[in-house]
Amino acid sequence: MAVQEAWTFSDYIMLVVSAVLINNILLIRFLGNCPFLGVSKRMDTAIGMAVAVVFVLSCSGPLTWLVQRFLLEPFKVAYIQTLAFILVIACFVQLVETVIKKVSPPLYRSLGIFLPLITTNCAIFGACILNIREKYDFLQSLIFSFASALGFGLALVIFAGIRERFPFARIPKNFQDTSIGLITAGLIGMSFFAFAGLAK
Amino acid sequence: MAQKKSWLKEFTKGLWDEIPPFRFVLGLCPTLACSTAVTDGFGMGLCLTFVVTGANIFISFLRKIIPDEVRIACFIVIIATFVIIVELATQAYFYPLYLSLGIFIPLIVVNCIVLGRAEAFASKNSISLSIADGLGMGLGFTMSLTTLAIFREVLGKGSFAGHFIMWQGFEPFALLQKPPGAFFCLGLMLGIMNLFGKK
Repeated sequence: MAVQEAWTFSDYIMLVVSAVLINNILLIRFLGNCPFLGVSKRMDTAIGMAVAVVFVLSCSGPLTWLVQRFLLEPFKVAYIQTLAFILVIACFVQLVETVIKKVSPPLYRSLGIFLPLITTNCAIFGACILNIREKYDFLQSLIFSFASALGFGLALVIFAGIRERFPFARIPKNFQDTSIGLITAGLIGMSFFAFAGLAK
Repeated sequence: MAQKKSWLKEFTKGLWDEIPPFRFVLGLCPTLACSTAVTDGFGMGLCLTFVVTGANIFISFLRKIIPDEVRIACFIVIIATFVIIVELATQAYFYPLYLSLGIFIPLIVVNCIVLGRAEAFASKNSISLSIADGLGMGLGFTMSLTTLAIFREVLGKGSFAGHFIMWQGFEPFALLQKPPGAFFCLGLMLGIMNLFGKK
């Protein structure tokens, strides 16, 4: 797919499929593994985290794209990309937290604890940087961010579902918890590998 | 603090007692992603060592000035500065490494190990102790990453740092080079680590 050519509808579909399944941000690209293991012990926290990531990433992806395009590039300071992006994400997360707290306390109670964690979630930061490195335009970066976040949520929820069953399994003592968690993640990753055939 | 902390003790705890990412499951993303080749793992480890030590020095130096409410933001700015230094330096002097680590160099900024050390150690201790802590943690991380990478490269590709070392007709265990292989390897290593002394 050349960058200059206009993207057809099927290209956009392919972008979504690729971001959700083929290059799953968690299992294949290895971004956001700390929350992946951290919040997946229970289904409800996993769903909360997934929703928070979908929301924050779909907003901060395009936001950082705008910062890169209209602030960093015109002023020729692209080398502070790392610093600028992390600040944008941190400020955005803080803003969302404040707004949600004011507007909808029930939502804040269910999502609130995940929001501070999101600032240091590499999935968010990584997807923002990937947007720039893959030279996506605004619409593409919006779709890519959203689809990546969906992929994150999908993998997280699947993993939490399996992990909830761990207490019923007889796992060797040394392999309990994180160790078997990682091996399980590898198995899920293998099943995601099957989707690679979908790509051209 | 009642007990005096020794320089050596802070340094060595990062090498075994609290070795990241095994004792604390932090900073997994670079561990999994940058361990397909020994050179990548070692390079990533050194980059992280530089960032965590540098950030520890500055944060410890400024720990009395940084207001408590905005400390995380201050830490992140300091860490990001060091990450940019690493990014530009690898781009200028170690270009192949820069290409193979790719997105994971800027991602050091959100690495939980760095922020974790800043928050848990450097913001409370003197500069010399923070240097020891940063170096220990960084080198411990380098060690575990390199070990994982040796495992994955030797068995997965039959080579060590790019040189083929296995016997003729060796069939590489290609899965180890693939992303799921990273999860398997790390999970198994963690289990084996647990055999030797649990906290």
